[in-house]
Amino acid sequence: MRGEQPRLRVDPIACTAHGLCAELLPERVRLDDWGYPLVDGEPLEPELVAHARRAAAACPTLALKLEAGARATTRSTR
Amino acid sequence: MSAAALPRLLAGADPRGGATLRAHLDCHGLETLAAVEPSWLVEQVERAGLRGRGGAAFPTATKLAVVGRGRRRPVVVANGSEGEPASAKDATLLAQVPHLVLDGLALAVAATGAGSAYLCVAAGAAAARDALAGALAERAAAGRDAVAVELVAVPDGYVSGEESALVQLLNGGRAVPTAVPPRPFERGVGGRPTLIQNVETLAHVALIARHGADWHGAIGTPHEPGSALVTLRGAVARPGVREIALGTSLESLVAHGGGELARSRGVLLGGYFGTWLNPDTARRVTLDAESLRPHGASLGCGVVAVLPEDACPVAETVRIVRWLAGESAGQCGPCVLGLAAIADALEQVADGRTRGRGVGRGRRADDPLARVRRWCGEVAGRGACRHPDGAVRLVASALKTFDADFEDHLRHGRCGACARPSSFPLPPPGDALEAAA
Repeated sequence: MRGEQPRLRVDPIACTAHGLCAELLPERVRLDDWGYPLVDGEPLEPELVAHARRAAAACPTLALKLEAGARATTRSTR
Repeated sequence: MSAAALPRLLAGADPRGGATLRAHLDCHGLETLAAVEPSWLVEQVERAGLRGRGGAAFPTATKLAVVGRGRRRPVVVANGSEGEPASAKDATLLAQVPHLVLDGLALAVAATGAGSAYLCVAAGAAAARDALAGALAERAAAGRDAVAVELVAVPDGYVSGEESALVQLLNGGRAVPTAVPPRPFERGVGGRPTLIQNVETLAHVALIARHGADWHGAIGTPHEPGSALVTLRGAVARPGVREIALGTSLESLVAHGGGELARSRGVLLGGYFGTWLNPDTARRVTLDAESLRPHGASLGCGVVAVLPEDACPVAETVRIVRWLAGESAGQCGPCVLGLAAIADALEQVADGRTRGRGVGRGRRADDPLARVRRWCGEVAGRGACRHPDGAVRLVASALKTFDADFEDHLRHGRCGACARPSSFPLPPPGDALEAAA
């Protein structure tokens, strides 16, 4: 049930481009030319959820979020 | 008032200042707003197909219904902040027919069961504020509004009228956007469900309350009934705010203003978040979503800016993009850094400097146009508000519409028309920016 897996979201105001997310979750996060994370709004693969939670917890500004369910609250970036 | 006749919204306009309550009632009728049944009104607004006129075109009836359904008593905010410097329609509406907007606001309050109401107007729009202050005093004396309306001055700035920015301002903060969710209709002013409607939208509600959905749809197109306010500017002899039937041809609007599309470089439709149309396309479209959508355009906030024949579309675009980059609230990295980088790269293109200090990689590292195209894709959707999305939409449409001009500048540098002053208004940076810096 992929559709029920959480999705990544970045709080763009809180994010200050520390870049830890891209180190900890390179499968789903890459950095733009200014060091800010590019994430997509697709559900996470089940095997990546634990890694994603660790990355979110490690974010120094807590800008990386895992959001359950409703697609409406997530904006895809690419 | 005859259904087919225009103007509708501006029928009672008094160019010397706001029409009085007496003049407003003589023109439009409806002595008591309580005579309008709220559920009937929401149904009529839905049948009329009314959509928000601030630029986003969201169905008005849906917003009315959702906000009224919450557990807590809602708040209604009339948005007349009009941060788009190329637009003058909201300020004109407020200055000339304040009572029509305030009737719409009062009706939205009744339809949603709201307990408080605000009218937000740009700090710089003195005529509008004076007219509203006078109109509110008249209404208080006449006991016309069940809920008192608080007039709020919004600091100048392109993003200060954005919905979440208004909510933050009304909650005692700075007028800069906040991260959503929650969205204002879920949790807004004072934590309450908040309906934010553009002032033109509310003026349409006030007329639908009087005449019904069928009257509203007697002009316009089947998909987009009714009239709309537009701001016509640029290469026209008689610029200004006009009321048109939706579906009017762009060519006839421009001709009515004393301009000629065949003798223009194109049209910027929808303001600085809008879309460029080349003269050939501009001559074929009508002003409604159905006709404009295939060209990636929309009427947006109603700005129709005609680029003069002797202007340079590259230079004009670069100036607007540089200005938009400066209007970022300064909160989100991809917006602050991305828009500035896009503006830098576009300046390199305009100057024909292909060996700029770009960040690009790979074989085409020196091609600033390729960098701009990539950045446009990456920056969209990555701010708390839609500011970066709107800015890159303008850039992408310029690159598409004036492809040959950009390539020409890249190869040969500035053209003879580059030095011409801006054809469209670009005011100095707003208060919101300074406050956020």
